[in-house]
Amino acid sequence: MPVVKVKGLKKSYGDMVVLHAVDMEVAAGEVLVLLGRSGSGKSTLLRCLNGLERIQAGTIEVVGHQMSYEPAPLRDLRRDVGIVFQQYNLFPHLTVGQNIMLAPKLVKKLGAGDAQAKAKEVLAKVGLLDKFDAYPERLSGGQQQRVAIARSLAMEPKLMLFDEVTSALDPALTGEVLAVMENLARSGMAMVVVTHEMSFAQKVAHRVIFMDGGRILENGPPKEVFVNPRSQEFRSFLSA
Amino acid sequence: MRYFSPNDVLFLIQAAQWTLYLSLLAFAFGGLVGFVVALSRVSSSTALRWVSRAYVQIFQNTPLLMQLFLIYYGLSLVGFSLSPIVAAAVALTFFSSAFLGEIWRGAIEAVPRTQFEAGESLALTPWQLYSHIILPQAIRIATPPTVGFFVQIVKNTSLTSIVGMTELMRAAAMMNNATMAPMKVFTVVCLIYFVICFPLSLLSRKLEVRLHAGR
Repeated sequence: MPVVKVKGLKKSYGDMVVLHAVDMEVAAGEVLVLLGRSGSGKSTLLRCLNGLERIQAGTIEVVGHQMSYEPAPLRDLRRDVGIVFQQYNLFPHLTVGQNIMLAPKLVKKLGAGDAQAKAKEVLAKVGLLDKFDAYPERLSGGQQQRVAIARSLAMEPKLMLFDEVTSALDPALTGEVLAVMENLARSGMAMVVVTHEMSFAQKVAHRVIFMDGGRILENGPPKEVFVNPRSQEFRSFLSA
Repeated sequence: MRYFSPNDVLFLIQAAQWTLYLSLLAFAFGGLVGFVVALSRVSSSTALRWVSRAYVQIFQNTPLLMQLFLIYYGLSLVGFSLSPIVAAAVALTFFSSAFLGEIWRGAIEAVPRTQFEAGESLALTPWQLYSHIILPQAIRIATPPTVGFFVQIVKNTSLTSIVGMTELMRAAAMMNNATMAPMKVFTVVCLIYFVICFPLSLLSRKLEVRLHAGR
């Protein structure tokens, strides 16, 4: 049973088409890495999966939810899908613990004790249990991003989306975030990852998709795709 | 005719009480209505956005003095006689709600788009999103200009003297008629307004500095 099923997805901004009839699937427990240049449509595709971007044609099914832009069904879908952004997007007026407990309390109606236990569990998972009472501005970029991952995990999602989550970090901090993601992948979480980190794609991905001009040009296990690229575009992307 | 004496200064200070009461009334009611205006301005409903926008444009782009005339003299002609204080409070409420609504709309829109996305992605309802994430951040941004606008309210209450509110300005006009000492009377009046407004301006400035230091 795939956790993501996308068929004939078309997305445009006015006259500019950014995704042309994209088909895609993600299996349970699969780590899919989306590669491509800026403007290739990979981030847009990722953001379509939790309804942050609306599509003009096609169908999207995510963890059993048909994509709908009606508020209530869309919230039901989002309960099961975590997303981590390039700029962390932590809530600056709340502590790390409050950031993580907010949605479990409000959306899942967890009691204060249960929410706190959950927050500590996910913070331990990203190695930041000691930052429970800290405000985000006191943390490094890498730590903030790990908190953002923990905040998503606290909702117990069945699919995690990562949108260039290391692009705003210096190389020294990139490693600690990628390590957390690798652990998560090993735990069997289904993940769709937009990244420029080729080593992560080669090492962690079960499958790689390369996009160019709003189309999928390569789609296969990293061993095949990196060794035998079918498209000229991917060859030049790799050599760049 | 008589001389302008220290006792008259006390009389003016007493009248200034009404300036303060009116300002607080205008701020309280204007704040309540302004909050609704601000939320309507950023609402997803086109009709609400349109109506609130029209409301703001009407009251921002006409003189408060005309609004006062219409509400006090105009309404009495069609049978609604309002007392000066009610007419003054109603007009000042329209005035301050239009401006506060715009100040607060700006503050809400100054919260980064990505904060809305992060909250929506966590499956929060719009109400949860606003009450827990957007408004707490917007309030921080809005506080300095809101305090600053209170200064405008205080000064604009002087216009209500025209419909017979005996606040500081009207008391001064009466005093001037009795003493024929406009320089003295109005200098004292200016000083009283200054004493009320200057600390507020300082506070607004201080809050602004602190806001930027916190970033």
